[in-house]
Amino acid sequence: MFTLKKLLTASAVSASLSIGLSAAVQAQSLGTPINESQLQGFDLIAQPNGSGYPQGSGTAMQGKAIFERRCVACHGMTGEGTSANTRLVGGDMQSEERPIRTVGSYWPHASTLFDYVQRAMPADAPKSLTSDEVYQVIAYVLHLNGIIEDSLVLNKETLMQVEMPNKDGFIDSSQAL
Amino acid sequence: MTKQELEKVAANGLINRRHLLGLGLAGMGTAASTSLLGADAGLNLEIPGWSKQPGANASGYGSRSRFTDDMQRMSGNPNPLYPGGGASRSPLHQLQGSITPNSLHFERHHAGIPDIDPAQHKLVIHGLVRQPLVFNYEDLLRYPMVSKIYFLECSGNSGSLFGPNPADGSAQSLHGLVSGAEWTGIPLSTLLDEAGVDPEARWINAVGADAASMGRSIPLNRAMDDVMLALFQNGEPVRPGQGYPMRLFVPGCEGNISVKWLTQIKLTREPTHFRDETSKYTDTRLDRKSQQFTFPMGTKSVITAPSGQMKLERQGIYQVTGIAWSGRGSIRQVEVSADGGRTWADAMIDSHQSEKALARFRIPWQWSGGDAVLQSRATDSQGNVQPTRTSLVTEKGNISTYHFHGIQSWAVNTAGDVANVYA
Ligand code: HEC
Repeated sequence: MFTLKKLLTASAVSASLSIGLSAAVQAQSLGTPINESQLQGFDLIAQPNGSGYPQGSGTAMQGKAIFERRCVACHGMTGEGTSANTRLVGGDMQSEERPIRTVGSYWPHASTLFDYVQRAMPADAPKSLTSDEVYQVIAYVLHLNGIIEDSLVLNKETLMQVEMPNKDGFIDSSQAL
Repeated sequence: MTKQELEKVAANGLINRRHLLGLGLAGMGTAASTSLLGADAGLNLEIPGWSKQPGANASGYGSRSRFTDDMQRMSGNPNPLYPGGGASRSPLHQLQGSITPNSLHFERHHAGIPDIDPAQHKLVIHGLVRQPLVFNYEDLLRYPMVSKIYFLECSGNSGSLFGPNPADGSAQSLHGLVSGAEWTGIPLSTLLDEAGVDPEARWINAVGADAASMGRSIPLNRAMDDVMLALFQNGEPVRPGQGYPMRLFVPGCEGNISVKWLTQIKLTREPTHFRDETSKYTDTRLDRKSQQFTFPMGTKSVITAPSGQMKLERQGIYQVTGIAWSGRGSIRQVEVSADGGRTWADAMIDSHQSEKALARFRIPWQWSGGDAVLQSRATDSQGNVQPTRTSLVTEKGNISTYHFHGIQSWAVNTAGDVANVYA
């Protein structure tokens, strides 16, 4: 990992640091400049405000076939799941018993579905779906939850407009740090 | 020293922690059991075989004694429906001190451990910055670093204690998703400053290079504070299971936000609402509203010995010991009870404890063969006191099972069996 030569450079750096710490800290800038356009194939972050979605589109009708081919082994034929962790459909946050929390009952933003499926699913071959396929298969998951019609064309504009049943169910506690 | 001189400080056998200092082994033995007094006629010491022949040579990479091979993390079987998903729990009941050996540090992965070549790995900082930057590993090693001792705890640790019935478990199986280590790395603010934070930015969005591309959003004010890009753990490069070649480290906070295999930091106005900060790692309250971004881990302690599934073989003096920690400061006090929380005594805390790190506590306890319920209760430097399990569950309900930090009760029965109970 280290060559001897680099070790010497490193200790020279730390020697100079102990002499003039703040000056040396400021002088340290080894990051290489890069443009956002160079990150298009790298940055998968898709936010509720519509930033980060690729071109592409799809309907639940198209997504059904992908779901049945790529997802049912772990998530069941209709998204009922093969474990508590893989249930994708149903539940009710206001139910009397302990609520079952799924994409349909719990998730506040549809963007999360795009973001997550694109980065992490199918779990046995993540990032193997095209953008069109991601739009299609998440349209199907939303449709299984009764959130959208099976003919709705999901794309970067329409996805932003999908309203999730539990959209007002969350409280931001981040500043209680 | 006689039994009479051991000052009892709480009911059911707790002895003043000061005796830990004065009490040598002989003293412990005297008080522990009269059967240990006097010479055992059958015991004749001889020079052992290993003292009569040269031992193994020095080696390039050390390993532990083969007699300690039973000290293992506890992890589930691989699940083909959750490839690479799972956790391994630290053997808390076998460990001492406040630093966890790297091989036994707990792990939690959502899509397995990637095999990353550091020469190919990139860390990108972009979004709302003056100049997006990409860093490589060799260059990062040249930055000024800091070393700090911190605990790391999965927010699901101890989650089974939210359940209606106490699970038959050990300190490891119930609480083993916490560990302590010295982390060395670059203050994240150094790198964010180099990229130049745009005044509009409010959040960083951190993404790992694992197959799940684990993502978490963290408020910028926190990211500029004590967060580091960790490159070393207990002196060696962070191990693959901990994020090699680099991870984020957010002291005191739920482990998941210390994103492993860190490859991307994007500065934005809003959080991303990643799946693991909406669907998971959120806390649904009794009123069915759910709290998001509940980062700090609560003030907590657990007795690691004697603990669940152990057996006390004979009456006498035991050193009750455990770990305490708080996501909001250092540990100021740990009290121990042997009667299920009716009376309490101060345990001794090792002096080198620091902020957001594990603190080791100890107190001598005389077990006279009767029923006992051992508990510990931590107080941190902010005055936060560890709650009872009942008050925590009453307040939070059990729809979500994250952030359990209530008091653990270990019952000892007359046979000496130690078990997890709700008391
Ligand atoms: C090999 C098994 C497997 C396959 C195939 C698979 N998944 Fe998953 N999926 C999982 C597991 C396991 C989780 C939970 C992961 C975790 O908790 O870290 C999950 C989680 C999810 C979630 C989040 C659920 C929640 O409530 O948090 C969604 C959405 C999802 N998968 C969609 C899909 C889609 C769409 C496909 C098909 C394109 C798919 N998955 C294929 C195993 C699989």
